[in-house]
Amino acid sequence: MNVIPLTPLDLSLCAFLVILLAASSARLKLGIHKQLIVSAFRCTIQLLLVGLVLEFLFASQEFIWLAIMATIMLLVAGHAVCARQQRPLRGWWMYGIGTLSMCISSFTVTCFALQIIINTSPWYTPQYAIPLLGMLLGNTMNGIAISIDRLTQSAWQQRTVIEQRLALGQTRSVALSSITKDSMRSGMIPIINSMATTGIVSLPGMMTGQILGGSLPMDAVKYQILILFLIAAGTGFGVIAAVQLTGRRLFDERQRLRLDRYK
Amino acid sequence: MTLLKIDNLQYLDFPVLNLELNAGETISISGPSGIGKSLLLRAIADLDPHSGHIFLNDVESGSIPPEQWRLNVGFLPAESQWWEDVVADHFPLNVASDQTFSSWLDSLQLQKTILNSQTSRLSSGERQRLALIRLLNNRPKVLLLDEPTASLDSTNTKHVETIIAEYIRSTHGSAIWVSHDIDQAERVASRHFRFEGKALVSFLTQEGK
Repeated sequence: MNVIPLTPLDLSLCAFLVILLAASSARLKLGIHKQLIVSAFRCTIQLLLVGLVLEFLFASQEFIWLAIMATIMLLVAGHAVCARQQRPLRGWWMYGIGTLSMCISSFTVTCFALQIIINTSPWYTPQYAIPLLGMLLGNTMNGIAISIDRLTQSAWQQRTVIEQRLALGQTRSVALSSITKDSMRSGMIPIINSMATTGIVSLPGMMTGQILGGSLPMDAVKYQILILFLIAAGTGFGVIAAVQLTGRRLFDERQRLRLDRYK
Repeated sequence: MTLLKIDNLQYLDFPVLNLELNAGETISISGPSGIGKSLLLRAIADLDPHSGHIFLNDVESGSIPPEQWRLNVGFLPAESQWWEDVVADHFPLNVASDQTFSSWLDSLQLQKTILNSQTSRLSSGERQRLALIRLLNNRPKVLLLDEPTASLDSTNTKHVETIIAEYIRSTHGSAIWVSHDIDQAERVASRHFRFEGKALVSFLTQEGK
């Protein structure tokens, strides 16, 4: 069974709903109708562009193009992590730590899934590689952004406690341990919750898409389970790496708390 | 015999500082608050970046792990911090059966049951006394005391002075005692310093000690 293709007219009808909503918002003076229209335009243009890119990628099947696409996705995700920090590190450190942690977690997990589990041939088949990587990066990015933000904020708030613990002869990692654990937890809780409620509260987007695309529900379910496990692993390891790297950067070589390295 | 030697210490915008402390000796640093007394103690405890060298028994601070240095050069901040819910969790297990520890509690008029109380319920005076015991329990060789009796009544102030003097005597240690109270400085220390501008200078008290 093939998916029923949508015509431009179909999409225009749908866009009419958004325009209707914008008109209502304007009448209610919510002050968001402009934003709504701009976002709708952005969404259309960005998705059409990515559609073109993907068609090109799928047609060429060249590894180099896939690698370039993956790198761009990673760098944009790194930027998004930085943008969400209330107290980012000075210089390129935050960007470096965020990108590195996502790189080791998302890329490793994606490669593992492609080569060992799904076993596509060649292993970098873009139809599998890009959607997998996209979903992993999106989720790891959230987890890492939340946990680093929590870490730096708590360190800031509890700096006198950390210094008291250092003054009593505790090592850097002991003095920061409760904050570290707390931050790691906060980065992992979203994925744990979404695994616990998936299928009951909402049908996951990927599964819905696959069913709409004509897959058997059970096939779609299996892929969804795979994805959730990959996301859990990717997010978890990414968060652990990011929190440890950032925690290290809070101190200098003599284990002094150096909050002056943050803005 | 020199226990702590501060050699060309320089931090923030303070001038270069040299100081030597003998074993068994306590010195005082007085002066109004906000002049940089605490910053000096923090630099000696290696909690703030600085240049120059500090030696404890001829061992340079940078040559041993920082946590080792801070165990030996114990800094008591003016305001103590407590991060666990219960007091006892800030001390080693079984500390209550330690004789010296118990005698410190007794001398500072604290009951052993205070170990089981919530840290958030301690009075400022209890916190200050417990913080001193927590520090002494690490058996530091040098004490850096930042107004250790600021929130204590006169009786407990005397008890704290006695305990610290006894500790310095029995361990052949030494102490830098920051106090804004010149009378206290005279009671506890044999040499006296104060900040004049940003410079630490030695001075004689009225008694001419």
